[in-house]
Parts: sequence; structure tokens; C-alpha cells
Amino acid sequence: MSLTAKDFEVVIGLEVHAQLATDTKCFCSTRSRMPEGKSVGEEAVNVNTCPVCTGHPGTLPVLSKKAVEYAVRAGLSIGCTINSKSIFARKNYFYPDLPKGYQISQFDKPLCENGFVDIETKGLGQKRVRVQRIHMEEDAGKNLHMSGFSLVNFNRSSVPLIEIVSHPDMRSAEEAVEYLKALHAIDTTTGVCDGNMQEGNFRCDANVSVKPKGQKEFGTRAEIKNVNSFRFVEKAIEHEVDRQVELILGGGKVVQETRLYDSDTNSTRSMRSKEEAHDYRYFPDPDLPPLVIDQKWVEEIRSKLPELPAQKRARYVADYGLSAYDAGVLTGSGSLAGFFEQVLSAMEKKGKKKTDVAKGAANLLTGEVARLTNEAGIEVTESKLTPAHLADTLELQLSGGISSTNAKLVITTAWENGDSAAKIVDARGLRQVSDKGALEAVVAQVIAANAGQWAEFTGGKDKLLGFFVGQCMKASKGQGNPALFTEIINTKKSQG
Amino acid sequence: MAHTLKAVPGIDEIKAYATVKQVHAAYNAGKLTPSELTERYLKRAEGTKTGAYLQVLRDRAMAQAKAHDAVLKREGKVPPGQPLFGIPLGIKDVLTMDGVRTTCGSRMLENYVPPYTGTAVERLERAGAISLGKLNMDEFAMGSSNENSAFGPVNHPTHPDRVPGGSSGGSGAAVRAGLCVGALGTDTGGSIRLPASYCGIVGLKVTYGRVSRFGLVAFSSSLDSIGPMTHTVEDSARILQAMGGFDPRDSTSADVPMPDFIASANRDPDWSKVRVGVPKEYFIDGIDPEVRSSVQRALDWYKSKGAKLVDVSLPHTKYAVATYYVVAVSEASSNLARFDGVRFGLRPGQGEEDLTAFYKKNRTLFGPEVKRRIILGTFALSSGYYDAYFNRACQVRAKLKEDFDRAFEKCDVIACPVAPTTAFKRGEKTGDPLQMYLMDIFTIPASMAGMPGISIPCGADKDGLSIGLQLIAPQFQEERLFSFGAAFEKAHPEMQSLGGAAQ
Repeated sequence: MSLTAKDFEVVIGLEVHAQLATDTKCFCSTRSRMPEGKSVGEEAVNVNTCPVCTGHPGTLPVLSKKAVEYAVRAGLSIGCTINSKSIFARKNYFYPDLPKGYQISQFDKPLCENGFVDIETKGLGQKRVRVQRIHMEEDAGKNLHMSGFSLVNFNRSSVPLIEIVSHPDMRSAEEAVEYLKALHAIDTTTGVCDGNMQEGNFRCDANVSVKPKGQKEFGTRAEIKNVNSFRFVEKAIEHEVDRQVELILGGGKVVQETRLYDSDTNSTRSMRSKEEAHDYRYFPDPDLPPLVIDQKWVEEIRSKLPELPAQKRARYVADYGLSAYDAGVLTGSGSLAGFFEQVLSAMEKKGKKKTDVAKGAANLLTGEVARLTNEAGIEVTESKLTPAHLADTLELQLSGGISSTNAKLVITTAWENGDSAAKIVDARGLRQVSDKGALEAVVAQVIAANAGQWAEFTGGKDKLLGFFVGQCMKASKGQGNPALFTEIINTKKSQG
Repeated sequence: MAHTLKAVPGIDEIKAYATVKQVHAAYNAGKLTPSELTERYLKRAEGTKTGAYLQVLRDRAMAQAKAHDAVLKREGKVPPGQPLFGIPLGIKDVLTMDGVRTTCGSRMLENYVPPYTGTAVERLERAGAISLGKLNMDEFAMGSSNENSAFGPVNHPTHPDRVPGGSSGGSGAAVRAGLCVGALGTDTGGSIRLPASYCGIVGLKVTYGRVSRFGLVAFSSSLDSIGPMTHTVEDSARILQAMGGFDPRDSTSADVPMPDFIASANRDPDWSKVRVGVPKEYFIDGIDPEVRSSVQRALDWYKSKGAKLVDVSLPHTKYAVATYYVVAVSEASSNLARFDGVRFGLRPGQGEEDLTAFYKKNRTLFGPEVKRRIILGTFALSSGYYDAYFNRACQVRAKLKEDFDRAFEKCDVIACPVAPTTAFKRGEKTGDPLQMYLMDIFTIPASMAGMPGISIPCGADKDGLSIGLQLIAPQFQEERLFSFGAAFEKAHPEMQSLGGAAQ
């Protein structure tokens, strides 16, 4: 019996690198990030450096307590055990962006172990992805290749990282993306990571293998490096699965190797084989004593954990009556959920009950705002749009002051120029017209212009109602109140 | 004999053996100024044929001295809280000073200028010390004879055809030859104690963690330590007083109290309570009979004072050298990785076709001993060999520490030779690394255990080559070394000029 592509099962494990959002680097007091959340790579080159993070001979690392706190927080937020004693090790390899010739990392005794992330899967409901470990390490610098020579930027050198290593529990590219999104939401909600994937402060390597369905042993895996967006993770894995299945069906064998994903060509290519793999010669770093963690401190950090996305999602559904989908989108990013809650608070100050306005706020955020952030590739908190814009717009919409169509326009405009909702409404004449006389005139005009359809409508073709409301809205440049238009049209119809 | 000088000395009396006490007496009496003294030492340093100095920092030192002149003029005496006021010191060239070339005795770093000053030097200068220059050493502190320096060997200060010991050979020779009042050396497996023994001066290897390593270019991070090399025990105590203690820039520096070391160097022990441990593993065949008898005479002297000599055993001593050469080279292979010509080190590989060829060419700048150790260390850490070598060595290291802990239940201090022989002839052991490694057989165990040890001159062989007595104390008990060592020293003033006049 010969196998076909459908007979294969996919096995995926992810290694996620998250830059910790501490103000200073992991082993020195050099600035690690800009206050507004810009990563160091964005600034002028080699400005965030000191003798320690550029590896000057004779310098020594001193561990940042804040970085440990963030790493512990990351561990606790996914249910990890925090080890009372963990060891920093040197990972030795030569590369120009690694100033000491080794990276300080953790090897056989990591800080956190045995966590999990629950994800929503299509068809299978909730699924638990186990996390093996989280260890701390320092980031490397960045090579800049010029024509004929290369330069190194050490701004990123020794910025604290955590590596979150999952078990090979995912069975499709979609699941991998769901896991990555869930983890991203947790780490941005707890504030341990800024989560900007384009700037590389949340990045991932994927271990992918395939095996005939029902076979217990895993196939040989390939590690795909350099996948830096949710979309690329999905595409890279899908591509790699296809490659491996084709290889096996063609009588070939998957070899253990590291492959690099190229988003331009949507393909992976071999970077190094198992034989060429580095021997990192790990050994305990003699410059750093074992990291001993007081469990009391761990409990203190645990007690300060913010509400996590899963808890938040459940609360939004239960308390605000949001759909699971809307709640999921809102809690999918720490900054979006925070924004949502600020909008609700602002509405409360305007005398509205949160439960009455939550749905409307959610619609604007998961609709128009989500579209804008996705297009721009930034978090809502990085835009000119503020919770006040949203609250004012929502208030106008709910009171009938503007139409829902124009509410979207107000938001788009505020996103672009930051003007207040009132100013935008006035400047663009968006205030909704609810003056019955004026609207009746519009309806009369539309009926006159569409006499044929009107005859059909009054003759019983009810579904033309939408057409007439739409024409009225168009004629009123979106300012007419659609509910009133409907009422007037129906009255006219019954009058014949 | 310098420290027996009764009258307050002036510039003409301050010769090769000046101690801090003498210099300060002269300063206080208005017979000497810091710049006069500094000028004198600078001239000697510039004119020496020992090869001890790699760099004389004339302008920097004179600027420091002039500032001290002003203070002395204003205050009329050495200001309190400045235990090293106006004291010219030499600095081993493995310690960084902001803006001062630091070569580590290596061609690789012949142009390296660090942008910061290490803690030890910074604290010494804050205590009033004047840095005269950078002292020669075995490349990256790897060696026992100072023959591994890329910038030429250092002559033994009284017997120029012999080695001064290593790796702090420049420091040993400079102190003995009167090219500085005292010097900083570093000791990883004996690199202070061995040259101190060979040169006939005092050398202190501190407890691991007592002195910050920040600014010490690492050879073996878990063993490296910075220590003083001086004419007298009290001067070593002074230097430690100034530079020791916790440093937030070194995570391995110990946050333990710093007792008054200067006082302990001037305090006679209560001899009736002193138990001196004599480890049988250190008095073995193969040790030079003249070394053995000198050390025995020192033990007899302690006994004559009323101390009790007790037999102790350090049973794992025979594994110490082998274990050391696994741990030290493993760490070295990692520590020296940064010298690849990209960030640090010269770059003869410029223009090679790819990165690997570029690295390969650049790394040829290391000398043979450094290459040997990097290769050994890389092997010992390799996957598949780690457990058999590095891990095993760490386990034996723990046993070596236990040996000392057990021995110190029976004694207050351990006394033994520093080295099995006196200074050997240059070239005598260069062809046989193993013979060279065995020179450290008695110093390595205390290094592996992190214990402090001091070398004090206790005699000379028939050629006039000095012999060192090693005292080893439990961790952070340097006070015992100062107290017991200074007592011996005061009773034996002739030990200060063993081997006659320096060249």
C-alpha cells in the first residue's frame, strides 16, 4: 500500500525567543530599550554599549534582578515551576556579533520548567500545549553587511532574552500559530515582552517533522529558523511539511538539519546539517554563581500577576456578553485589551454602564481598529488613536449623533491625524440628521428617482427595503439616520 | 637591611628595599617628596635590563606624584586613610587601566587599550598609589618561568641566566630589583607565589573572592586572583587592605568583612595556641634537599616559638596538577575566544576569503603555550568528553577542597614549600611542558581549593637562589598569614636580600 500526503501527521515544537522589556541589559547597567518601547536596534548604532556588553577583556557580568523577575513572571504566567537553583552556562561559538565568543545562557538547569499554554483549535476545542522549560540568556549584537565589509551593532548585545521551549505537541501549522499567538498575548499582557515581532523582540524557531499517521515514533525533524511573523510561521511550517512529505513519498529521507526560512520566496533552505552542527561546549559560567531564588519572592511576583488573557477572555464573555471571537481578538494582545478597558472606563465616566457599551466598543475595536493596526503592523497603543477618541465616537454613535458608518470614518481620521472626535464630526459634517422633515424629503427624492423599483417594492418585493435605505443613506451623504429612513419608507409603502 | 633602618631615610637611603613604612617616615619628616621618589623609580624602571617592564608610564606617574606633592605640602604629613600615599607600584600587564595599553604579554593584544580601569588598580590609586608602569608576564598568565611572554623573557633579578618564575615574573623581578616599592601580580595556580619564591620576596595569593577580578583579563575565571608582591609582609597587608573587599562589579567577589590586615601584620600570635600543619604529601622525594631543609628550619623556628607542629594529610594532592590542567585550560579556551581579530586582537587575516579562514589566520598570533592550552581546553569541553574530563575534574576539585577543610580542623595554618626547586636556568624546561607544570605542584592545591597562601623568603641554596616558605590558611583568614608570616620575617631580616645585589 503506498502512502499519500493525506496519510501523514505533522509534529511541531516551537522555541520562542522573547526579549525582556527591562530598562537595562541582562548583565550590565547599560540601557536596553527606549522608554516608549522602541528596541535598541532602532537607534543609532553602538550607542547602548559599555565595556561589559561589548565583551572587553577583564569585564564581568552581573545579573540584572529585574531580568530575573521578568523571567519568573513569564514562567508563572504559563504555570511553570520556578527552580530554586538554576545555573548560567557559557554557550561557546564564534560569530562576529558575539563579542565574548560565547553567549551566557542556561543549559541543564533552567530557571523555569513544566508549564503549558491552552489554545483553541478548529474542531477539537481547547488543547493544551506543554512547555518544557524557559531559560534566560543574553541576545547577540547584529551584523550589518556593507559592500565588501561588515560592521557590528552591539546595541542589542546582552539584552535579556527568555527562550520558551514547547514540547512537540502541535499537530498543524494552525495550531502552531494559535500557540504562538496565545503566548504572545500572555507575554504582552504580563508586560515581560514588548512583543514587536517585526523588530525581532518576539521571534521563533520551529522544529518540524512528519510521520505516517498512527506511527508512534517521531520522524526526523528539521529546525526552521528566522520566522518572524504569525503569517510566516504558518507559511514556513506548511512549506516545510510539504517538502518533507514530498521527499518521503519520492523515496528520500529527511535529514536532521537547520533550515532558514526565506519569506520573499516562501521556501526554506538548508543552513547546516547535523554533522556541521556546532558543539557549543556548554559549561557553567565561572563568572556567575548559581542563581538562587527565594520562593517567597516568587510568591510575591505571582501575587502581582495581572489578569491573564484566558481569564480576561472568560470575563469579557460572562460580564459583557461579548462573543468568544470578539473576546479572543481583544485579549489577543495586552495593549488592545488594556485599550478596551480604558474605553469602558471613559464611558463609565460619561454615565454609561460598562455592560451597555461593551459590545459597541468591542465592535469598533475588533473591526475598524483591528483593520488599522493590522495594516500598519503596529499595536494600537503606538498609534495616535486614544481611548478617548473611541469613547467619544461610541457615545456619538449610541446617541444617534453619527451613523455607524461615520463612526468608522471618525476613527480612521483620528488614527491619521489625532484630532478629537467632535472636531472631526464638525469639520467633515458627519453629524447624523434625525430631522424627520428633512429625511422625508430625501426619501421622496429617492422614490422619484427609482420609480420602477418602488413599484416592485410596493407590489410585495420586500427585500428591496435595504436598497431604498442604502440609496437614502447615499443621498444624505451618510448623515441620515438609517432607522428613521426605514420607518419613513415603510410608512410610505403602507400608504401605497 | 632596609626595614631595620633606624633613622628616617632620605632619598639617598631609599634604595632597592624601600618599604611603605620607610617611605612614609621620610615623607612625614620632610626628607622626601613623592615626585622625587617617583622620579628615582622611573629612572630605574627605564634603565633596567631585567625586562621586567613592558611599559613605563612616566607622564601619568609624574602627574600623580605632583598631585601628591601638593597634598603633602599642604598637610605636612601623609594623610590618614591613604595607606599607599605616594607609593610607586608596578602593575602586571594583565590588569586594565583606562587608556593604558594592556598586552597580557601577547602579540595578539599589542595594541589593545582598554576603556576602563579595573577595581584593584582603581582602589590602589584611590589609596594613594602611583602606577609606574606595566610589568612583563607569561602570555595570558600561562607559564611558570616568564619565558612565554611575546615581548621577551624576564631575567632573574640576581641571577640573570635564570628565570624569575612565572607567570608574574615581571612583578617578582621588579620588586626584588628595586624597580618599584611593590607590585600587583595575579595567581591562578601559583603565578604570584612561585616568582615570589624564586625572586626572594613576599607574594600573597588571596582567598578566591577577596579581591575583585573586575579588570583582570581572565585566564581561568574560577581560579584567577589578584595579589600583592612586596618586600615585606606588612606591605602586602597594606595593599590588600586598599584593594580587597566586595565589589558589585564582580559577582564572585565575596561580601565578607575586611579586618585590619596592617594590624595583623604587626601582631604576634599567641604561640601557645598556634598549630602549624605539616602536610606529608608536600615533603616527598624529588623535592630539592636544600628546599626541604630550609623549609624544615622555618618549621623548627615556629616550634621554637611555642607553636605546635601537627601532621596533616591532603590525600588528593597527587591529582591536583592533572585536575588543574583540565579546569584551567577549559575555562581559558572560552575566555580567550574573544581574541579573534574581530572585536579584539590584531587582524593578520584581513583579506582572507571567508570568516573561518579569517579567524584561523588571526589566531596564529597566540604563542605555542597559549595555543596548546586552548586546544586542550576545547577538547576537554567537547561533547562526549565533558563528563570524562571537565566534570570529573570539578568533582576532584571538590575533594581537594575537602582535604583542606579536614586539615584545618587540626591546624590553624599549613606550612610547606612553595616549589620543589629554586629558580632554574632559562631554556631548561621550555622543551618539556610537563616538567614546567610540575613547578606548580605545591601551589595548585590551594588555588583549586580557593584558600589563601603566602610565599615568604626562608633561605637560599648553595648558589644563593632564594627559597620560599608557603603558608596556607582557611578561606578569608589572610590575617593568620600576615601575623605568622610577619613574625618569621622579623626574626629573619637576612632573608630580605637573599642572593646578593640585584642586577
